[in-house]
Amino acid sequence: MLDALLLSAGYNAAVAMIGATLLGVAAGPVGVFMLLRRRALLADAASHATLPGIVLAFLVNLWLTGEGRSLPVLLAGAGAAAALGVLAVQALQANSRLSGPTAIAVVLSGAFGLGVVGLSYVQTLPVAGQAGLDQFLVGQTAGMRLADAYLIAGVAAVLVVVIALLFKELRLIAFDPEFAAAAGWPVQRLDLLANGLLLATVVVGLTSVGLVLIVAMLIIPAVTARLWTQKLGRMALLAAAFGGVSAYLGAAASAGIHHLPTGATIVLAAAALFAVSLPIAPLSRPRRAPTALEPPV
Amino acid sequence: MNPFLAIDLPALLIAIAASVACALPGSLLVLRGQALLGDALSHMVLPGIVVAFLATGRIASGPMLLGALAAGLVGAGLIALVRRAAKLEASAAMGLVFTVLFALGVVLLETEAARKVDLDLNHALYGHLEAALWLEPRAWSDLAAPSIWLTAPRPLLMLVPVALALAVLLVLAYKELRLASFDPDYATLQGFRPRLIDFALTAATTLAAVAAFEAVGSILVIALLTCPAAIARLCTDRLGAHIGFSVLFATIIAVIGYNSAAQLETSGSGTIAAVGGLAVALAVIVRRLRLRVKPPVASPGNGPNTAVRPLRPGSA
Repeated sequence: MLDALLLSAGYNAAVAMIGATLLGVAAGPVGVFMLLRRRALLADAASHATLPGIVLAFLVNLWLTGEGRSLPVLLAGAGAAAALGVLAVQALQANSRLSGPTAIAVVLSGAFGLGVVGLSYVQTLPVAGQAGLDQFLVGQTAGMRLADAYLIAGVAAVLVVVIALLFKELRLIAFDPEFAAAAGWPVQRLDLLANGLLLATVVVGLTSVGLVLIVAMLIIPAVTARLWTQKLGRMALLAAAFGGVSAYLGAAASAGIHHLPTGATIVLAAAALFAVSLPIAPLSRPRRAPTALEPPV
Repeated sequence: MNPFLAIDLPALLIAIAASVACALPGSLLVLRGQALLGDALSHMVLPGIVVAFLATGRIASGPMLLGALAAGLVGAGLIALVRRAAKLEASAAMGLVFTVLFALGVVLLETEAARKVDLDLNHALYGHLEAALWLEPRAWSDLAAPSIWLTAPRPLLMLVPVALALAVLLVLAYKELRLASFDPDYATLQGFRPRLIDFALTAATTLAAVAAFEAVGSILVIALLTCPAAIARLCTDRLGAHIGFSVLFATIIAVIGYNSAAQLETSGSGTIAAVGGLAVALAVIVRRLRLRVKPPVASPGNGPNTAVRPLRPGSA
């Protein structure tokens, strides 16, 4: 456990932990914007929708190259499926009188069902590598290959950089899309970008947190940060810090303690930060409670 | 031994019973725009089930039901608490609480004690529909004897009473539910307590979710709570018909789903969930095409793009 905390539990494990931590850092601010745009559980639908994409990518790759398991291919499939899931939720809402929550629940469970069907089919195939597919359910960084760990850490780092560079634009469309449009900003493209960041975070998080729980890493650090400050910039920084710390602690604990599932441990670490913040943070006291997120003046 | 009687019949009956038990509270959840409460509850029961497991050391219906019911209600209370204390919108508070409780359940599953008994994450996520065996009836004629039904697989013995109890509750509280769902203000004036109905609906959903949980897993529970009711929502505006349609579609989805799974040799619960999702997509497309052929009488809120139209109170 101590070894893992000090990043000395092996080179692969250390890279995987750094990747998980970077993911946590990215998930914090992405979650802040997601909550601002009230899309908290849309991400849940997207993350569950990755499962059929993963399975399909595995099968296509198996058919093309004879070997199914290649992390970049699987994650590409996951990303495409997550985007389709979001589109499906929007299509259901636009073309019927089903409410948002109903559309989300239908897509989430239907897509996950398709994924489970695919998994049960893949398990009957006489090929190797399919056993690892369900690691994406709750995440498992232990035993990750070095190239995969580098990939995850690299993408997570790119995410962090993109969020930092585009912070001003993201803030604009989160608070006042109409003003932004009137002022000549490419609001639609920025909206697409914000959704893209959300999907990228979900996909990168599959390996460490897993698809069932990744939405927690978007919600909990952001909510915790909101207990401490109302200024968006500080909130995003704090959320990044909370996300990074909980991902680091969770990944280290699961690397050090046998059988401890990485994703669940990371989520519990984030929950602990929230639980500690709730009674002591300035903005959670009812008498000084903010009404909602206020744009910084 | 008749393989259909031993393997397919119990699984099929469990699938149908689970679908109907979930469709009853699910129809109300969808109507009230609370589908995600079902999502949250189906995840939150996990730690309750695992703790009941650890306490008794075996799979037993009673403690499991109690543990899950407690976890569901504690979770619902936590959602309300977090929502108020952190000033959050409902869906964010739900997402926070249910993921944390589910994570707790996943960690508890990996403890030494839980690893000894036959419950793991895959089981919790997609159940064990195929594991239901019923060796007692040797021929169809055996089913005529009432006593043989007492030897039915345990999930069935748990699901059927739960479904019946929920149906009775629904009939008894029908008038109050209608009022509280469509006009909570008027209901309060009339002396009903919408809070009490919220609580009862939460408890009923938890009961259905946990009874179905063991057989079909948490994700299918969400599908069963939502998909049949979503299709029914597209078919009718009357509460009674909505509930009836939900139960009907739940049965159809369970039968088609289970049969497809048996043909394709895929996971039973996964196939039923997939069939549920595809059925909703089909219903939306069919309804869309019908509207195009025969445009509805123009009345406010009757267009295809209307989000949620409240049912006409008193039309049922």
